[in-house]
Amino acid sequence: MSSIAHDPAHGHGHDDHAHHPTGIMRWIATTNHKDIGTLYLWFSFIMFLSGGVMALTIRAELFQPGLQIVQPEFFNQLTTMHGLVMVFGAIMPAFVGFANWQIPLMIGAPDMAFARMNNWSFWLLPVAAILLIGSFFAPGGASAAGWTLYAPLSVQMGMGMDMLIFAVHIMGASSIMGAINIVTTILNMRAPGMTLMKMPLFCWTWLITAYLLIAVMPVLAGAVTMLLTDRHFGTSFFNAAGGGDPVLYQHVFWFFGHPEVYIMILPAFGIISQIIPTFARKPLFGYASMVYATASIAILSFIVWAHHMFTTGMPAAGQLFFMYATMLIAVPTGVKVFNWIATMWKGSLTFETPMLFAVGFIFVFTIGGFTGLICAITPIDVQIQDTYYVVAHFHYVLVAGSLFALFAGAYYWIPKWTGHMYDEGLGKLHFWCSMVFFNVTFFPMHFLGLAGMPRRIPDYAVQFTDFNAIASVGAFGFGFSQLIFLVIVLKCIKGGKKAAARVWDSADGLEWTVPSPAPYHTFETAPVVK
Amino acid sequence: MRTTAPDNRKMLLKLAVIALGMFGFGFALVPFYEKICQVAGINNLLQPDTVTNTQVDLSRSVIIEFDANTHDMPWRFRPLEASVTVHPGELKTISYEVVNTRDRPVSGQAIPSYGPQHAAQYFRKMECFCFNKQTLAAGERRQMPVTFVVDPALPADVGTITLSYTFFEVEGSAGTPPRAPASQGRTS
Repeated sequence: MSSIAHDPAHGHGHDDHAHHPTGIMRWIATTNHKDIGTLYLWFSFIMFLSGGVMALTIRAELFQPGLQIVQPEFFNQLTTMHGLVMVFGAIMPAFVGFANWQIPLMIGAPDMAFARMNNWSFWLLPVAAILLIGSFFAPGGASAAGWTLYAPLSVQMGMGMDMLIFAVHIMGASSIMGAINIVTTILNMRAPGMTLMKMPLFCWTWLITAYLLIAVMPVLAGAVTMLLTDRHFGTSFFNAAGGGDPVLYQHVFWFFGHPEVYIMILPAFGIISQIIPTFARKPLFGYASMVYATASIAILSFIVWAHHMFTTGMPAAGQLFFMYATMLIAVPTGVKVFNWIATMWKGSLTFETPMLFAVGFIFVFTIGGFTGLICAITPIDVQIQDTYYVVAHFHYVLVAGSLFALFAGAYYWIPKWTGHMYDEGLGKLHFWCSMVFFNVTFFPMHFLGLAGMPRRIPDYAVQFTDFNAIASVGAFGFGFSQLIFLVIVLKCIKGGKKAAARVWDSADGLEWTVPSPAPYHTFETAPVVK
Repeated sequence: MRTTAPDNRKMLLKLAVIALGMFGFGFALVPFYEKICQVAGINNLLQPDTVTNTQVDLSRSVIIEFDANTHDMPWRFRPLEASVTVHPGELKTISYEVVNTRDRPVSGQAIPSYGPQHAAQYFRKMECFCFNKQTLAAGERRQMPVTFVVDPALPADVGTITLSYTFFEVEGSAGTPPRAPASQGRTS
């Protein structure tokens, strides 16, 4: 790219003068933020389906009590890998994909700050994914220590664990590079006139998320490095016999793990905050308070990690501190929910698919938020720790939260990406199937957890049969519903109604000033924001 | 296009330093955690306990049973007495014996546990072989004392306390190849 000034009068008109290799080399060598965004999104969708197959195998086994389909060892590998694949392979890269596509478009930058590093941070991911999935075929199978990889179990696992540790290292490096790229792009490359407080909320939430990533991914890298040296190099970080402590692992892991939860939800908040104003035809209510709420959630996320560990025997003072700190997070989160509702209040609402997913998100995510508050209460947590109640809680916030927001965002921006409208009828079908089957799958898990069914176990007592059967039916329904999404995306890429530059009539933001599909290069001359 | 490249590089450097710093922070959590545990008085398995109440309660007796286990180690490990009867507050010393059956030096660390579990906080060890790593030469036999007091505050419903030690091999200690293949000296 050059510093030749284009005539702003025909600034975006002159379409693709894209000079890039064709075929596979286009994708391998690309440094274009839109190509890389597309790669991230496809990668995460493939990982989403892989993790989904694991989940369905788990649910098939749990359809009835007793062991029918898989052996307990393999079942534990499935629960472990399902978690890791969904967190590190599906949800996180999907949000990075959105960031790549949208952030330069939304702030009026020509590309990401470090285009080649961007290529590298994507292409590390398939390597990590191969290591991760390949560990199923290692002697002893994949790691079965749970996605949290608690010591001492993870210290005793077979070679699959080492592959997993390297995969985590690689994915961590990829995330950190991606995050550095995003922070630099947002802070240094905004169009003239776009002050931080005029920035779209999606960019704000990603800026804060990127800082969280830079702060905690290295801590996870440290934790798994300690596991690795404990396994092979005679250190005793987590080995009681050598003066170490397995509980220490939990502290280090959750110091990463809790901010990680917000890494997966803050960009979702950003997407929802873009969509609701568009379909309510009103500006976002309480923009500044949204920014402060996001920052507060991020800061609080560093001081609540031990609420994952109430049963490890910490002093009562510690339990009280972590309980109250956790409950405090409900305040900024509540601010966000109320702001979204206030944005919709007396708006001219229409319910296209992105809006359906956004409203659905608010409804189901809030249920997940409330069960989170229940889990935060120490004496209750002691009862429901490691039961299906917790499984229900985090699927309500991760599936109905992060994943629904991802779908909402995908429907919202796919006309901009492909230049075609998606099939609205199929989109609505996808929403209603997802919404209904999601609740059929996960709502009964609350009851299972309250009744005492432990998680991560392939068999269960017969009194849990009915709810498990319902959950399994729901899970298969939910899983197959996602194929509707695949069909919609493929159809939308192939053709469909031409999308206008401003796809949604009251959508606001720079991305709607460029034609649909967005040209290969945009904003080589910076737009001026008033 | 504006050239923000030099600014970007500066930013990259700063953020990379933060990331490296946080990697170090992960490791800094280890001593930090140990310090917190020490200050809070939890997890002090390797420190002698102190006794404040030295009043011997002659009105009741408690049976202390001794148990010994090894975890995948070539050691024979047993208490010299199976059990003793003590009054709460009374100072008592008993001995364990350990034999290294391997033809090379082996290091191990004993970890105590208690039954019933809540008796742990009333069982005070003044001296114990479990406070240190033990290294035995090839074929060495060693007798190791435990000096303890049962706190008179022990709840009245506890009449028997079982003290159980498990020796774990400390890997990576000098001259010790990794993990012995099979458990030979297991007593249970």
